[in-house]
Amino acid sequence: MKIAVCIKRVADMGARFQIGADGASVSDAGIKYDMSDFDEWAVEAALQLNEKHGGGEVTVISLGPDSAQETLRKALAMGADKAVHLKADRIPFDGFAIAEALAAELKDGGFDLVLFGRIAVDSAAGVTGAMVAELLDMPCVTAVSKLEVSGTTGTAERQVEGGVETLSFPLPALCTIDQGLVTQARYPSLKGIMAAKKKPMESKPAQLGAISVNVSKMELPPERSAGRIVGEGAAAVPELIRLLQTEAKVL
Amino acid sequence: MALHIDTEISLLPSGHLSPREGDLFNIDAALTEEERAIRDSVRRFVDERILPIIGDCYVQGRFPKELIPEMAELGMFGANLPEEYGCAGLSSVAYGLIMQELERGDSGIRSFASVQGALVMYPIFAFGSEAQKREYLPKMAKGEVIGCFGLTEPDAGSNPGAMTTRARQQVDGSWIINGAKMWITNGSQAHVSIIWAKTVDGDESGKSVRGFIVPTNTPGFTAKDQKGKLSLRASDTSELVLVDVHVPADAMLPEVQGLRGPLSCLTQARYGISWGAMGAAMACYEEALSYSKTRMMFDKPIGAFQIQQVRLADMITEIIKGQLLSLHLGRMKDLGTFNSNQVSVAKRNNVNVATDIAREARRLLGGNGILAEYHSMRHMANLESVYTYEGTHDVHSLIIGSAITGLQAFK
Ligand SMILES: Cc1cc2nc3c(=O)[nH]c(=O)nc-3n(C[C@H](O)[C@H](O)[C@H](O)COP(=O)(O)OP(=O)(O)OC[C@H]3O[C@@H](n4cnc5c(N)ncnc54)[C@H](O)[C@@H]3O)c2cc1C
Repeated sequence: MKIAVCIKRVADMGARFQIGADGASVSDAGIKYDMSDFDEWAVEAALQLNEKHGGGEVTVISLGPDSAQETLRKALAMGADKAVHLKADRIPFDGFAIAEALAAELKDGGFDLVLFGRIAVDSAAGVTGAMVAELLDMPCVTAVSKLEVSGTTGTAERQVEGGVETLSFPLPALCTIDQGLVTQARYPSLKGIMAAKKKPMESKPAQLGAISVNVSKMELPPERSAGRIVGEGAAAVPELIRLLQTEAKVL
Repeated sequence: MALHIDTEISLLPSGHLSPREGDLFNIDAALTEEERAIRDSVRRFVDERILPIIGDCYVQGRFPKELIPEMAELGMFGANLPEEYGCAGLSSVAYGLIMQELERGDSGIRSFASVQGALVMYPIFAFGSEAQKREYLPKMAKGEVIGCFGLTEPDAGSNPGAMTTRARQQVDGSWIINGAKMWITNGSQAHVSIIWAKTVDGDESGKSVRGFIVPTNTPGFTAKDQKGKLSLRASDTSELVLVDVHVPADAMLPEVQGLRGPLSCLTQARYGISWGAMGAAMACYEEALSYSKTRMMFDKPIGAFQIQQVRLADMITEIIKGQLLSLHLGRMKDLGTFNSNQVSVAKRNNVNVATDIAREARRLLGGNGILAEYHSMRHMANLESVYTYEGTHDVHSLIIGSAITGLQAFK
């Protein structure tokens, strides 16, 4: 199968963030970047599908500045076959502008399956995949937790409140991958990391759509204020309940 | 101008990186993208696979051999040896970073990889026949064959030239080996051993020493684990006894004779240990740092007291120095210009400072510092083995002393 996986380079969510000088972005200083977790699972899912069916090709695509190539190389190190870097000065927030650029690249690729992560862990908008499906006129299943392909039919499972839903759809199709589809993405092996350098990586300008949504301001959450001890033992319970009712208003 | 820029690029291949949290001195800027990727991949393996179980393994005195297939799959064994023998073909710096990350997990795990790669695969690669290389290296890279390295004997530790293990050649060219080895890492787990033995009578200095590839299931070969270790408990350390062990002529490593054989393996392993010790030190430093920010005493985090800040500042400074030492050594190793005196400087310094860092971290943790649930005391105890094996700290002092004064002080 020819599978494309769209991946995003995001800041390591464990980092201590600072707001950039423009007040509307995250400062680069001291931040480590990596592939968004859901995208990593999507790459793993693509590799597993092709391993199971024998053969095929996995192309990874990432939009962003030159540093996106490092993330693409990680996917190549995991086992993807080739990479396309859609070059942009920065990754805009507007998912539709990104979707247009990705769709333009995917359109004539002849892919049987296009995979995305369910969300990018930094922006958490979760819209780009569905928009690309619309632009490509492909069936779309979001938040897929299990994926099988047989001939030209795909079967996907989704975790819904209190149960599991099974869907089927014709290929070519687009799926966004949720947590749980793979237990864990593989570690890029050391040989894989070395081999990644020799795999094809194409870099071209992204044909971004018009950007109509921008981040105007970013703020860090306020510092948590210190806790308060209202008393000790059973004697403190009435006061605690009173405060939870009147002050915290949670009861 | 062009020349200037080239130099800059080669010294700081990732010079565009701003220092990341936890990388005060921006050492990442001095690593290539592949080196960082390799380090990160091994780091994730250690975080996810080793750290959750290592405390229990240590207490139980168990080497987690269930991890071998995955370590092999990642390419950690003999990672700096060429791809044509099934290895990863990495640079020395990348190899060093693997050792650093493994020992951030545990010195015993790193020891396993050092022995497999630097002490068994390396001599087969460097001194073996083509047939020996084809026979063993791919299987060892896959972790299907585990090796051990038998040099030390009960009465020949720092002075391996005093070994008494003896290999006698038979008329048909085959060899019969007799002797005993001690402190042999992986000994009881190994499928194959490299046994160093004298081949002539009356050889006092070790110039007749030869290396033999001895399968551990050869009749007359027994391995027994040494019990009661208070250090390196997540690693098997064994005594080997060889009684009339009969091996064919082609069991001998043909390309080296004398102590140069085992010593050049040790040079490889010691290089990796210089990185590994920094990994153990980083684990302790990071544990102490995080503890210092959350442990409240006298109404503030203990990290807010000057005494603990001095402790932490000393630790990170020594880690930075040690890493730069190993990095410079690694770059020279890749250029082919490094020598064993330089390796002695790095092994001696880095293991020594790591033992201090581990002890200081343990102290900073107060009572919790003595628990296996935390890492520092395990590293502290482990590092005592590392301080002693691969040339004791003292022996490296004598090597450096001899290199700078021209005067031998061994005897
Ligand atoms: C956990 C562990 C794993 C090991 N794994 C292996 C292995 O896989 N294969 C292997 O072959 N060996 C292995 N060893 C053995 C290790 O290399 C030896 O323990 C080491 O070489 C020291 O030898 P020794 O223990 O006999 O100490 P000794 O040589 O008896 O030294 C005792 C003390 O005397 C000092 N000393 C010795 N000579 C001098 C001198 N000339 N001047 C001043 N001081 C001196 C030493 O520094 C030390 O403090 C291992 C050891 C340990 C603890």
